Amino acid sequence: MEGLIGSVLSPLGWLDPLFRLPFLTGLALACVLPALGALLMLREEWLAALGLAHLAAASALLGLAVGLPAVIGGTLGALGAGLAKSLLAARGNAAYAFMILIGWSSLMLIAANTALGDALGHALMDGQLYFGGWVEFATSLMLACLCLATLPWLGRRLLRARFFPRFEQANRLPAWRWHLGMDLLSATGVAVGTATLGLMGAFALVLVPAWLGFRLARGWRATLAVAIGMGVAAYLLAFWAALAFDQPFGPVLVAVLIATGTLGLLPRIDRRRPGDKEARPSPASPPRIPPASAGRG
Amino acid sequence: MTALASRPKAPEGPLLRVEGLVAGHGASPAIGPLSFTIEPGEVIGLWGANGAGKSTLLDALVGTAHRFAGTLVRRPGLTLAYQEQQPARLPLMPMTGLDLLRAAGVLDPPPSLRLRAWLGQRLDTLSGGEFQLLHVWATLGSGMDLILLDEPTNNLDPGAETLVGEFLAKPRGGQAVLLVSHERDFLDRVCHRVVEVLAWKG
Repeated sequence: MEGLIGSVLSPLGWLDPLFRLPFLTGLALACVLPALGALLMLREEWLAALGLAHLAAASALLGLAVGLPAVIGGTLGALGAGLAKSLLAARGNAAYAFMILIGWSSLMLIAANTALGDALGHALMDGQLYFGGWVEFATSLMLACLCLATLPWLGRRLLRARFFPRFEQANRLPAWRWHLGMDLLSATGVAVGTATLGLMGAFALVLVPAWLGFRLARGWRATLAVAIGMGVAAYLLAFWAALAFDQPFGPVLVAVLIATGTLGLLPRIDRRRPGDKEARPSPASPPRIPPASAGRG
Repeated sequence: MTALASRPKAPEGPLLRVEGLVAGHGASPAIGPLSFTIEPGEVIGLWGANGAGKSTLLDALVGTAHRFAGTLVRRPGLTLAYQEQQPARLPLMPMTGLDLLRAAGVLDPPPSLRLRAWLGQRLDTLSGGEFQLLHVWATLGSGMDLILLDEPTNNLDPGAETLVGEFLAKPRGGQAVLLVSHERDFLDRVCHRVVEVLAWKG
């Protein structure tokens, strides 16, 4: 077992052994959260991530009070919130604002009324990546594997629901499966992110790379690639900078993401201006369109 | 959505039979009673004055409006595609025309060079009319048994409207189209028959 762990961690020989597991934990999340963010943005639900992050932080703190690791308590609370959101069909800014307020109020009240106190509440806000151990690493890895297995399937259906919102009902498809699946997956991702990267760090990693993808990319796959690429690049830079300058990781990550976010202010090269001619048509007999999905459901 | 080629042979008989349908969105009916059938291969127009309830009828067919009375009999295994009157557009839409067609399950490239030019473009760089035309083709090319088009000529210039007419004139096996429009001339040109929708009189 030790040999296996050693071979997994050997490429990180340059890194202090103390920080190798936290590094890998954060790296897995830096791949997953931007992809989830792109899907949340596709559903116009990116603000829901902030609500889930607050609720996850509150339930993580509650979990800590009864002896559960933050990542477990946070995930359980966020899953409950994701399930409630799905069952109550709670969508829209008002619903997400209430999630934020409930989460914030609970977080502050639990912090004030348990032995854990304000310090731990603030730790959850700032992120505890460097204190992450095997539980956090295993949870992040499982989340990454779950996303790898389900996001292509989910993404196709969510894209279709975006373009053709009544297709599912018209064809009597069990759409609840993928809408609930997305709610639970995003709740889990945000909860694990909150317990490790911090509340705002997780939210920024969901929002900013996905927004950049939506701003800069052309095509859905390119959007996901840009989002994940930006998320990983920002994470690597933040990890290095926080260690090099002895700064708290969460705020550094948010600052780096804000800095990368300025790339989104660049003008897009494919934006047509009024009066521009139409793009050149493709050849008269283009190949058939490769299918994105083999099934109806 | 699945291509026609990958599906088993469809059973005989009408795709949809509507008998005495009374439907609406609120507590009281908006349309009906209406009776008609849709046979494979037909292009049927739904015509009526503004507010007559044409879109409500489509909603009733897909189950998003309340049915107060009447019956809807769908052929077993019937698949539907529905083009909304105002297809959803986000402020940022990095998806390309090709992504839209893939999401609809379209396998054949658009028959028009004009549309092919938009396949590689972000959808938020298309004008309202261009997006509408691409959406109409995505719905028609989806290979579903019954295509519901709600005001497909909205925002379209005369050239694009002609293209929609050409799309509808293409032979498509057993696929039928139910087309809502307030433009009677367009319906008379492209449809096999036109059904008039009357508002509920109480």
